Amino acid sequence: MRYSAWQILKQGLTGNTGWQPHWRSPEPKAEYDVVVIGGGGHGLSTAYYLAKEYGITNVAVLEKGYIGGGNVGRNTTIVRANYGIDGNSEFYSHSLKLWEDMEQELNYNTMMSQRGIINLFHSDGQRDAFAKRGNMMISQGDDAIMLGRDEIREMLPYISYDNPRFPVYGGLYHPRGGTARHDAVAWGFARGADQRGVDIIQQCEVTGIDIENGVVRGVQTSRGPIRAKKVAIVVAGRSSQVAAMAGMRLPIESHVLQAFVTEGLKPCVDHVISFGMGHFYLSQSDKGGLVFGGDIDFYASYASRGNLHMAEHVMEAGMALMPMIGRAKVLRSWGGIMDMTPDGSPFIDRTQTEGLFINCGWCYGGFKAVPGSGKCFAHLMATGDHHPAASKLRLDRLARGHVIDEEATGSQHNLH
Amino acid sequence: MRITCPLCGDRDRREFYYMGHETYLNRPAADAPLPEWDAYLHLRDNPAGDTQELWQHEAGCGAWVVVTRNTVTHEVKGSELAETYPREART
Repeated sequence: MRYSAWQILKQGLTGNTGWQPHWRSPEPKAEYDVVVIGGGGHGLSTAYYLAKEYGITNVAVLEKGYIGGGNVGRNTTIVRANYGIDGNSEFYSHSLKLWEDMEQELNYNTMMSQRGIINLFHSDGQRDAFAKRGNMMISQGDDAIMLGRDEIREMLPYISYDNPRFPVYGGLYHPRGGTARHDAVAWGFARGADQRGVDIIQQCEVTGIDIENGVVRGVQTSRGPIRAKKVAIVVAGRSSQVAAMAGMRLPIESHVLQAFVTEGLKPCVDHVISFGMGHFYLSQSDKGGLVFGGDIDFYASYASRGNLHMAEHVMEAGMALMPMIGRAKVLRSWGGIMDMTPDGSPFIDRTQTEGLFINCGWCYGGFKAVPGSGKCFAHLMATGDHHPAASKLRLDRLARGHVIDEEATGSQHNLH
Repeated sequence: MRITCPLCGDRDRREFYYMGHETYLNRPAADAPLPEWDAYLHLRDNPAGDTQELWQHEAGCGAWVVVTRNTVTHEVKGSELAETYPREART
């Protein structure tokens, strides 16, 4: 069914009885051309682009839980292309362009809202660093505007400007950045992939990867064995475990990142704002809740919940930036598991096993990469060549010394 | 989360700095082959379960501590001084 204003009117007049499920729930077939392990945002967009762009429709997406139940439904929904280093820069630029066309592409309301991102700075040194970053973004073909304190004050009258430790000197404004409805992105890609023949199989856990003489043959699952000519591992959060099934050891340590949302408030925050005290950032959802978060908890974790020390730090940062939110009640908080890499950048690559591909290491930046990651990964699997926008996101780059270390913090996994 | 320092006892996690897996204690020789350095700096088993990690009691006595901790439940199961923790024999 194609969604349109006409369809809403028609269904409204007929008691909303004609809506159909977004995707089928087929039994797994014995064999597929491609099996995608992981039905998160990246896995679904990979399957979508395999079918749409490369005509490979005999594809299964295997999801251990349910669609939208992993990190694609646990993030803070921010979309941006404000990276500065070769490798990341062209990739996120490509991904942002796909975000801008996504609703038409998928015929699905993903609530893409380019409300603009403002990264505040609080010292002369930080101003120089942001000016450099802005120039790198413009060189890449994206948008960045340096704003002074007075210009920021017009846009964000409600923040604290004279914090003694973090006075606001100005901000780097990225107008094309913003937010999107995270669940809708998963549902939209799932629907689009399903319409093109992809089987989305939920409640199907992969328990083993079959490899014969260095060539992948298929996977073992909780719903029986499935043969496949090509297998894609797209399971950020659990990458190390699934890769171990193929005898691989990854440059990844898993960490928990917390996020928080307040009760619904009337519209008050028009942009995405980031504060230089730690990693604090905040936006307001269309439902009215203030959605905010900070750094990872800094220790290895697979628990989808964090500890109070980071909750406390995030609340302190929020209060320091905009004291007005002190009255808002926090409705809930949650944690997602991140694949932290030694340089803070992801991997989209083939493996030593023929026919086995891997997409992992998104740290805490996976959501904005959803369309770009799927497109580049599908390109790699379909053509055998790296997509030009993801040609540097290679698994062996660390061993070669070609790190993509955006924050220049060195090779410790939790420092990115 | 609370961590036991072998010298100071049971303390809040905030007093400790986390460095990473205890792999960091087995530093290769300066002239070791590059894959060994790659494994030391980058590659991790990354278990979902019990693991041994290197923490420093930064805001306390300053000791480096090897903590046995469960990454799924966050339960801290033991700790010992890194100074006396057995190193993997390397040639």
